[in-house]
Amino acid sequence: MIKAAADGIKEVTPPLSDADVASLKAGDRVRISGVLYTARDAAHARLFPLIEQGKPLPIEVRGQIIYYTGPSPARPGAVVGSIGPTTGGRMDKFTPALLELGLKATIGKGARSQAVKDALRRHTAVYFGAIGGAGAVLSQFVKALEVVAYEDLGTEAIRRLEVEGFPAIVVNDCHGGDLYEDGVRAFAREDA
Amino acid sequence: MREVDASAIVDAIKKLCMEANYDLEPDMLRAFDRALTTERSAAGRQVLQTLKDNARMAQTKRMPYCQDTGVVVCFVELGQEVHLTGGGLDEAINEGVRQGYTEGYLRASIVRSPFDRVNTGDNTPAVIHVDVVPGATLRFSLMAKGGGCENRSKYKMLTPADGLEGVKGWILECVRTAGPDACPPLIVGVGVGGTFEKAAILSKKALFRELGSPNPDPAIGAIEREVLERANRLGIGPQGYGGDTTAFGVHILAAPCHITSLPVAVTIECHAHRHKEVTL
Ligand code: SF4
Repeated sequence: MIKAAADGIKEVTPPLSDADVASLKAGDRVRISGVLYTARDAAHARLFPLIEQGKPLPIEVRGQIIYYTGPSPARPGAVVGSIGPTTGGRMDKFTPALLELGLKATIGKGARSQAVKDALRRHTAVYFGAIGGAGAVLSQFVKALEVVAYEDLGTEAIRRLEVEGFPAIVVNDCHGGDLYEDGVRAFAREDA
Repeated sequence: MREVDASAIVDAIKKLCMEANYDLEPDMLRAFDRALTTERSAAGRQVLQTLKDNARMAQTKRMPYCQDTGVVVCFVELGQEVHLTGGGLDEAINEGVRQGYTEGYLRASIVRSPFDRVNTGDNTPAVIHVDVVPGATLRFSLMAKGGGCENRSKYKMLTPADGLEGVKGWILECVRTAGPDACPPLIVGVGVGGTFEKAAILSKKALFRELGSPNPDPAIGAIEREVLERANRLGIGPQGYGGDTTAFGVHILAAPCHITSLPVAVTIECHAHRHKEVTL
């Protein structure tokens, strides 16, 4: 579900429908509340063969959001340590297959491949950017955390997060919009 | 001969690992403030403000500024009159890293082999570079080097004919291709000259210089300034959302090299520029 808040920021709550995703445009600021699943390199490397063999995944991805992150350990009494995004491009190889299963969004930082951008269009999905390196600030928005698969992977395990007002921005929308390209176009100076 | 016990090294490294990850250096905080006054992009200013808040929160909550608490890169200046007792140098540094990362709630991000990729669980081993120098002191310069930006570091063997313009163009190309992936604003460490490995080590060493202070050689300082200005005209901006603050600094170290060679190594460092030094 997506609602525009009074401050112009879009409130995003998974599960997301095609219509929800289609309403998002590159550069839109969002606040995400609800469930996010974390997965990065090692977890994707385990999910991928399962998808190829048509086997069930340890999480249901339909309509959901995957956050590319490997948090630092929580201090006693804290929900989580630092938890900012990792580079999305390293997951490019795996993303189209997950989108085909109905995953609606990923959160990371950094550019995606053309193949992923094409898959975002084809499957009506979106790539959000969170601020890389702002892991301490972003930890405040995580209200609960539970390891749901691959605990042996440590920081790379799949975790189920409950977040409230998690801030992000639309980097790649499902219409071909790309915040990074727009940004360079707007600010590059001729004599660089 | 001055005796230094390995346990003193363990304690010092442990402390440096924690402080580097919790407390960004004042030169970085000043860089955020300065960029907030010059950045034209509203999204860029918002990123910079968030990073400033992030630095404050990391410091007060003793939590890492970034969840990628990096690979520890440690430069050691070992005085030749120092006699180490109670253990080896590498062993002591790694024990310090182990204790710092486990007791400091820092992330274990190192795998024991690039092929089987099993996490060592305590962020060891560190990458250690030792220079033996005159004197009876031991100096450690430690960096927690993030992976996302390190993955955008590059190397090129230019030819003498490529010359200075070739060097500048290559550094800018590295910044351009690092783009949003490396968490800009960046600090660009450059090693020019030496051999293949010497240039790469210089590119890391260059990052330890205080941000904003030029290379003492005015000719190199002028190159740093020019490349920084041009990098900031690329338009990439904070986080790549577009803007004028793509890099905070370009630091170059140069070394003599062979008549045929012009090696240029570029280490890309992100705004999570975590480095600390101590002398024992
Ligand atoms: S590139 Fe730097 S700021 Fe970005 S996630 Fe890696 S360590 Fe953190």
